[in-house]
Amino acid sequence: MNPYILLRHRDFPAIHQLDVYEEQGGFKSFQRAVTSLEPQEVTEIVKESGLRGRGGAGFPTGLKWSFMDDSRWPHYVVANADESEPGTFKDREIMEKNPLQFLEGVAIAAYAVGANRAYIYLRGEFWQLTDELDRKIAELESAGLLGDDLFGTDYSLRLYTHKGAGAYICGEETALLESLEGKRGKPRIRPPFPPAFGLYGKPTVVNNVETLANLPLILERGSDWYRGLGTEDTAGVKVFSLSGRVNKPGNYELPFGCTLRELIFEQGGGIIDGAELKAVMPAGASSSIIRVDDQILDTPLDYASCREMGSDLGSGSMIIIDETVPMDWLIQKTVDFFQHESCGKCTPCREGTYWMNHLTGRIQQDDDAANQVRLLYDVASNMRGKCLCALGEFAIMGVLTSIDRFPEEFPGQVESEEN
Amino acid sequence: MSKQVTLTIDDREVTVKQGTLLVDAAKQAGIAIPVFCYHPKMEPAGMCRMCLVEVGRPVRDRDTGEFVRDEDGSPKINFTGNLETACTIPAAEGMVVKGMTEKVQAGRRDILEFLLTSHPLDCPTCDKGGECSLQDLTMAYGPGESRFPLADKIQLGKHIPLGDLIYLDQERCIQCGRCIRFQEELVDDPVLNFYHRGRRTDIVTYSDPPFDSYWSGNTTDICPVGALTTADFRFEARIWEMDQKPSLCTHCPVGCNLTVDVRRDPASGQIEIQRVMPRQNEQVNEIWICDKGRFAHQFTSDPDRLLTPLIRNEEGNLHPVSWDQALERVATGLKWKEDQMMTLVGGRLTNEDLFQLRHLNDGLGGQAALYSQMAGGDLVAEVGLGKGSNLGDLGPGSTILVAASDLEEEAPVWWMRVKAASERGAVLVAANPRPTKTDRCADHILRYPYGEEAETVAGLLKGRSGAARAIAEAEDLVIFYGNEGQGYEASRALAQTCANLLSETGHAGKKNSGLIAVWPAANTQGAWDMGFRPLAENREALENAGGLYIAGADPVGDGLVEELGDKFLVVQELYLTETARQADVVLPAQAPTEKAGTYTSGERRVQRFDPVVPPRGETLPDFEIVSKVGALLGLEMPNGSADAVLIKIERQKPDYADVTLTELRKVRDQQPIIVPGEYAYIGTAYKNTFGLGVQLAPFAQRAKTTRGDIPEYPSISRDGLLAVPVTRLYDRGVMVACSDTLAPRLISYQFVVNYEEARKAQVKSGEEVKLKLGDQEVQGLLLVEGNVPDGVVLVPRSMGVPLLEPAEADLRPALRSEGDD
Repeated sequence: MNPYILLRHRDFPAIHQLDVYEEQGGFKSFQRAVTSLEPQEVTEIVKESGLRGRGGAGFPTGLKWSFMDDSRWPHYVVANADESEPGTFKDREIMEKNPLQFLEGVAIAAYAVGANRAYIYLRGEFWQLTDELDRKIAELESAGLLGDDLFGTDYSLRLYTHKGAGAYICGEETALLESLEGKRGKPRIRPPFPPAFGLYGKPTVVNNVETLANLPLILERGSDWYRGLGTEDTAGVKVFSLSGRVNKPGNYELPFGCTLRELIFEQGGGIIDGAELKAVMPAGASSSIIRVDDQILDTPLDYASCREMGSDLGSGSMIIIDETVPMDWLIQKTVDFFQHESCGKCTPCREGTYWMNHLTGRIQQDDDAANQVRLLYDVASNMRGKCLCALGEFAIMGVLTSIDRFPEEFPGQVESEEN
Repeated sequence: MSKQVTLTIDDREVTVKQGTLLVDAAKQAGIAIPVFCYHPKMEPAGMCRMCLVEVGRPVRDRDTGEFVRDEDGSPKINFTGNLETACTIPAAEGMVVKGMTEKVQAGRRDILEFLLTSHPLDCPTCDKGGECSLQDLTMAYGPGESRFPLADKIQLGKHIPLGDLIYLDQERCIQCGRCIRFQEELVDDPVLNFYHRGRRTDIVTYSDPPFDSYWSGNTTDICPVGALTTADFRFEARIWEMDQKPSLCTHCPVGCNLTVDVRRDPASGQIEIQRVMPRQNEQVNEIWICDKGRFAHQFTSDPDRLLTPLIRNEEGNLHPVSWDQALERVATGLKWKEDQMMTLVGGRLTNEDLFQLRHLNDGLGGQAALYSQMAGGDLVAEVGLGKGSNLGDLGPGSTILVAASDLEEEAPVWWMRVKAASERGAVLVAANPRPTKTDRCADHILRYPYGEEAETVAGLLKGRSGAARAIAEAEDLVIFYGNEGQGYEASRALAQTCANLLSETGHAGKKNSGLIAVWPAANTQGAWDMGFRPLAENREALENAGGLYIAGADPVGDGLVEELGDKFLVVQELYLTETARQADVVLPAQAPTEKAGTYTSGERRVQRFDPVVPPRGETLPDFEIVSKVGALLGLEMPNGSADAVLIKIERQKPDYADVTLTELRKVRDQQPIIVPGEYAYIGTAYKNTFGLGVQLAPFAQRAKTTRGDIPEYPSISRDGLLAVPVTRLYDRGVMVACSDTLAPRLISYQFVVNYEEARKAQVKSGEEVKLKLGDQEVQGLLLVEGNVPDGVVLVPRSMGVPLLEPAEADLRPALRSEGDD
């Protein structure tokens, strides 16, 4: 077993303590960046490392940084610690157990884009964690690792935490920025994207917690080392959150290129009661649901291969579905979640999730189910491509792919768009 | 000239300014892309998703930047395959937009189906029915049948008062947020917002009092459904039953263009005003009006209107008589008093009325006086806004000075236009003794003690302050001066100082520069132009006058004089005012809504209006009454209609030489385009087919002007408490007080002080207090407000306190007796 890269507390349980973290090379990367690297050089290293955003879209991190509009200042960095996707709990473990590596990552990103302020936006339920991060930030400031004129240079950096008030939509980066500004958390129209028009209208990088936690070791060990991990398409390691009908749910850090079989059966201890594995939701509730067969189980996982499976890796929150879980129950749960979380800004999501929730309820009660399935499929299809942000598009993924890929579990026939 | 781009929308080529959004570009090409949340006066939100189109972008060669061409030479266009919102995408060179494809049509149908799942479909009882965007677009694009079961429909509140003026129907609301954005972006009263989320999202107000804004009625115009309705019009009439009558607002000097919707009331059989709506004039009020203009129209139908002539009988009582008897009495009385005659007029009279009154007055050798405490109409005629000006054109390079005015309270739409100009990049200088809403968008705020307004403005000519530089360097300079805490002499000094500032900085007579007086009435400028001068210039004349002809003024009611009974008094009025009660003859005049005529706005734009309802009782228009009187006195008076009088004005007043009926009636294309019957894009503001008015050229545009000497004015003692007259929009002036709709919003207080002064005087907000002003003591209600300067008590005008100029005052609780001090 290789040493951990992100979940390093599993190798060094006291790594949340500054002295222990420093013993393990902590804050050397940030110091090196500030004292001996130009911001552009840091960006270059990250670009070459092949690091892609772990929040869901998998966008190349260094490339995102390079989009920052240098004609307008100040710049901001915002860490997206909203972690609200059902089935995702990786950022929480990183921040709880290995907080300093995450904070150093924020600091490195801030230096790379010339930000003197960075915000950590946490979901409101993380209030204890927020208090702990605040203490860590204060400790770093008194240790001279954050604050003014760092390491004898004129670079200054302050970190602030901010708690949301309980909305899934605030994990969407522009809704997050609205919320951070003190407004209602509703997504903005994109473009412009945050690197052009972000927090308070200024150029802003929004990165996921896990993405940022990668940075200290990328700087310490070099981009080639990082590139060497993972696959051609997706470099590095990933913390997979495993949940659902699996014996040992939890976070598993594995390099990209591992297989579902490895993840579920070797790491996760297999399916509860030895039942038959039926499906995987690789990106939490917003997943296109993968119907699992042997070939799928043995496919090396990365962003590209997941797309070939007809899904998206997203945040890597694997919800394991076995034969005991009826698909109509599953989509009822996801649709109910999305209609509860729809912000109401755009018509198709606001009205569509509400409508779908009625339909999935009827299907489950077997009330004219065949017709309701056809209607549900049509309603979901009509939402597609018309919503303002990704939430609305996510809300239909489970519905369409369940009906498409598990037709035997739904009465009646639909004219599938997929086949 | 900004860069133009050419694109193709539904096979029509259109050239538009770069940055124009696709939905607006389409409109200019005559294509209506359906919208709900988009409004051309506001930033796009992209929420309703109704304006979906297919957008093709020309492919450029990465190296050369040139367009890639197909074999046939036409540019290669790349369609993404997704539907995109036309309200958020700026037009670009070579774009190809498709709004009629099956995919687009299906997309719009889907959006409408979604919207209708939650919509109550109560069109038969909805006030918006007939001018509803949702209804119209459903007919055009929507599904014919509902697949959403009735039982699943969400049930929400149907009659939620958002304030005293506006009701919300939560079921009809489609969450487009136009109302919220209007309140935030255009009028800076962010008192509405969304509450809850998802399907439960609804509109709430979080101000106290609720929906606290002078602009709330506009949200009902732009609401694309019947979610927002006015307390005035809801459940009153169907859209298609009403006739549209062009009119003008009579409440302030802006001159907002109105369309008044009228209908024969089934109960009374009378043609009644049902609602007052904005009529587009992008140079005056764009497509907006304030709530006072919209809701204070009941002066026409008020049961207290004077409907017959009255004369005083031998017992000393006023009793109804015929017109012949009344006019005979007037003529006889005036003939008798020929040598000591005075005419006193108010600013609600039309130019035609005023011209006739002046003619009558001159024929009798009288004094022509204007009932106003504000000076400078002559200066506005000299250095007013240059012909061709438009406040909507002010932006980078322009400077706007607002001096001694609480502009939103005095002339709301001007405030809105100034705010917009400031946001476009004009430099705004706000000079006022106390904070006003204008400060919020001002670049420079000048605070001075009451009485030092002229010095403060004069200081801008020589000073080195940022404000002085902004004025010196301005390409265009517009100066608004109001009447905050001033008497007549101070006003005269301020007006002259402002006029000098324009002349000496070389701005006089230029387009988009000039002096604007924030007059207390709609046609005060017209009264100046017709030759009336403020009464304050010759107060003695009033006392010495033997015969007094008063039209549209109530000096007794305002406490200016107590007794006029010793004179031969003729009063021409809508109501039996306190002044009319003392008259020998009372002549019932028509309301502005019952007659035709012209007004000259503070920007010196002459605009015409038509009668909107038939006259009540035996009332006659003022100009006609006057010509009848003149005829009896053997004067040669222009006779006939208002238009006939206007022709006389055009011939006799050089400034009005261009003011012909033809010119007044001219219209031209305006942006944003209003297509009658297409409500989705603009809302229910009416297209202007009646005329945009005629701008008068100031004297300075024809000849050079020079600076004038600043007249003397009294200095203000600052030893004790200073009472100053100020203007509040919702006062209890005679044309407003009768509005049932506005009644709950009208102010009730007579005095305003800050907390410190209240503490000193041992009085509290909401209490009855006494204010000693010289010899007299006035009792009234007190309001305590944080931002009143120390040592000052604000006295709103038209609230019954006779305060014409700043005066020393003493404030005390009403209940305490004299001996307690």
